[in-house]
Amino acid sequence: MTEKVEISLDINGRAYSVRAEPRRTLVDVIRDDCGLTGTHIGCEHGICGACTVIVDGHAVRACLMFAVQADGKPIRTVEGLAQGEKLHPLQEAFMAHHALQCGFCTPGFLMLSVDALERNPDMSDDEILDLLSSNLCRCTGYQNIVKAVRSTVREMRRDRA
Amino acid sequence: MPKPDPGSQWTGRSIRRVEDKTLVTGDGRFTADLPAEKWVRFVRSPVACGRIKHVTTPPGALVITAADLGGVKPVCPMLHKFNYVPISQPILAHEFVRFVGDPIAAAIAEAPEEAEDLADLVEIEIEEASAVVDARDALAPGAPRVHAQAEANTVVDGRFKTAGYDPAAANAHRSIECTIRSRRQSALPLEPRAAHAAWDRTSGRLTLTCTTQMPHAMRTIISELLGLPEFDLRVIAPDVGGAFGQKMSLAPEFVLIAWLARTLGTSVGWVEDRRENLMAGFHSRDQHVTLEGAFDADAKLLALKADIIANVGAYSCYPTTCGVEPLMALAEMPGPYALREYACVARGVLTHTCPMAPYRGVSRPVITLALERMMDQAAAAFGLDPVEIRRRNLIKTFPYTSATGLVFDEASYVETMEAAIKAVDIPAFRARQTDARAQGRYLGLGFATFSERTGYGTPAFAARGMEVTLGWETVQIVMDPSGLIEARIGASPHGQGLRTTLAQIIADELATSPDRIKVVHGDTDRTPYGWGTFASRSLVIAGGASLLAAQKVRTKLRRMASALLEAAADDIVLEASSARVVGTDRAISFEALARAAYHEIHRFKGEVEPGIAESATYDPAGTFSNACHAAIVEVDIETGRVMLERFIVAEDAGRLINPMIADGQIHGGVGQGIANALFEEVMYDETGNVLTASLADYIVPGATDVVPIEIHHRETMTEASITKAKGLGEGGAIGAPAAIVNAINDALTPFGIAINEIPATPARIRAALAPALKK
Repeated sequence: MTEKVEISLDINGRAYSVRAEPRRTLVDVIRDDCGLTGTHIGCEHGICGACTVIVDGHAVRACLMFAVQADGKPIRTVEGLAQGEKLHPLQEAFMAHHALQCGFCTPGFLMLSVDALERNPDMSDDEILDLLSSNLCRCTGYQNIVKAVRSTVREMRRDRA
Repeated sequence: MPKPDPGSQWTGRSIRRVEDKTLVTGDGRFTADLPAEKWVRFVRSPVACGRIKHVTTPPGALVITAADLGGVKPVCPMLHKFNYVPISQPILAHEFVRFVGDPIAAAIAEAPEEAEDLADLVEIEIEEASAVVDARDALAPGAPRVHAQAEANTVVDGRFKTAGYDPAAANAHRSIECTIRSRRQSALPLEPRAAHAAWDRTSGRLTLTCTTQMPHAMRTIISELLGLPEFDLRVIAPDVGGAFGQKMSLAPEFVLIAWLARTLGTSVGWVEDRRENLMAGFHSRDQHVTLEGAFDADAKLLALKADIIANVGAYSCYPTTCGVEPLMALAEMPGPYALREYACVARGVLTHTCPMAPYRGVSRPVITLALERMMDQAAAAFGLDPVEIRRRNLIKTFPYTSATGLVFDEASYVETMEAAIKAVDIPAFRARQTDARAQGRYLGLGFATFSERTGYGTPAFAARGMEVTLGWETVQIVMDPSGLIEARIGASPHGQGLRTTLAQIIADELATSPDRIKVVHGDTDRTPYGWGTFASRSLVIAGGASLLAAQKVRTKLRRMASALLEAAADDIVLEASSARVVGTDRAISFEALARAAYHEIHRFKGEVEPGIAESATYDPAGTFSNACHAAIVEVDIETGRVMLERFIVAEDAGRLINPMIADGQIHGGVGQGIANALFEEVMYDETGNVLTASLADYIVPGATDVVPIEIHHRETMTEASITKAKGLGEGGAIGAPAAIVNAINDALTPFGIAINEIPATPARIRAALAPALKK
């Protein structure tokens, strides 16, 4: 065991002050120390993307980052997507298109897509497919995840027009 | 195409799933989300075979080994047929280790990372012995024995032969032999296995929350192994992050976690990492299959001989036993073809590898691959089109009793194939294929026709001789005093959307809406005993039990309404969550009826029992869904890479309760079938060391590897299922490998080679092409 350090995390606009060993990953601290268990752990080596969160405006694998590296940076997790009872359009689209079955990979896919849509609300279908190939899903064969994200982009395009 | 019952309001509709809201907001609750006082890290064997000489633990540390588990029984699953040799598996390796990943000790600390630190300090000395990894090597004389009592490492030896097989085979016009090698695959649920057990001093009970598909069976076996009264163990399957069969079998780790919580009187958690899951989380599909088909001059398959060798790993899984793969292959090898003579030897063979357990489709992806490769090879030998040889051989009249005694109910083998053919447009494809070949590009088209045995109850499991004879399901429907409905089920869904589809079935039967129905599952304290969710069974069996229980509730509601509305029960109709006297406006709401059933029972003058709670059990013989898959691929002969261009599924799973969910099951199954055909392989070196213990080495397909899947439904209504739904959880995974491998072979026809091994990786295709390309 190594000495614990103070880490200040800003998750979904709320301040969390935790004491954790520097070796602890961001995902472990988000889940265990902050109690936000919506972010899941699928592989702990950066392949599956189940732990994807947004740190300082970038989607990252929270299993490949130490919590100390996120000290003071704004972090967004799946728990912060809905505004009260109003779901994020991507959450709505995932439900409407049956883009989840067991739901274990879903928070990671949502955070990956939210980040990408915020950077480029006008992604092409190919760009979306390329994006979604970053994460793994074992239930859906990806078909409906792709559909859900594409339909969200189309709706956003319509809303802008 | 038959339409759903016009009277139905809810079944047949793609309504949104009630499961989804918590899962998209992060409010889902998975086993690993629970806090615990103590955490466990297993110390696992780094070698495949050897004798444990010493386990040295740091002084004062809490580390458990087999020596501490005196009162805990080993797992010993049992089959009473097919020359089964029982194999015991201790909860922690005792004296011997038998595969890389075999748990030897449990290190316990306050936090998971501290348990990992402690596990690193545990020293294990093992006298290593030579391991046997491949099943064919394990059968060879002089091979190391994995367990002393299993001669030739054979623990299952199923043999079957029809009386007419020999003469039919001897008189064949043409005999076609086909040998298939299926490499090892992992079901790879994205959520690794996990368990959490908490002892409650007040009630004297233990609650085990775990990643399981069968909570009731886990409760029975774990309480038995621990010697804990069964009523003092509660098992909860919370949200489970994918399972696909891997979470059906008992993980010995669960037993240890429960024992620890009971012994320490606290809460104990364990979450495996991906490396452990890939090494020790059960494997499947490691099989060698050789077929010999005897055809008459019209290319009709008269007789089939099969030799099946299933590598079952080092132990036998509970409750199915390691007979599950070889014996399913034995019973179902003839597939959807009308052949009368059949001979089979199906063996389960021990090796020093991770134990085998059921995985979506069980043996059928492999047997379908073998049978469909043989049909394509036969078509080539007869100079027939692959679809023509299938037309001549598919079962066309129903019910059809197979050579092994399975009864095929009404289905549509030919019709679904014709639908796939139409979708493909074969002449257009062949023209394109010819043009492409002229440019040095190799396109291929492959078909797979198959049956998917679904919704089978106890007769199927009894035929296998299983000591634990699975099969039936019970559903209890309770209408509470407010008129809301709870359906408590023994099945245990984990992504299949059963809370939605069962509510659709019950809503129609009771003339109410699904939002007034809550389906409760995954808690042995809250649900009737049942077997769980696996084997494409829940919608058929738990769905059938739901319908039967709802019929009883319907009868009771009509009797109560008849008393309160002073009309004959026959004149009472249920509609819009109320009971009405037919042809009048005299009606009473479910709320009022339910309130009367609990609070005003005197109004029924002793003719009605208080409360509204009805149970029903359904135990069908089973049914067969069917499908034809068609794949179009391009093989890059320079790299050996296979690119999928199109994938078509023409399927018939009877009545579709929720078409959106049915399509989702097909997508997911095909995705795993693509993985099986082209990507995923658990590899061992010759010493039994796992070479694919990370997702960088074990290649799971991503979004760009799965093409849009084109689905064509057909709904044949069968009497074999009371809801007419046939189930389709496994079909996608069963058909896809065969269709894809047939397409690869079609593409490579100009080179005169055969690809009969999966996954058909670039390396394998390049190796097969090399001699042809040198010419």
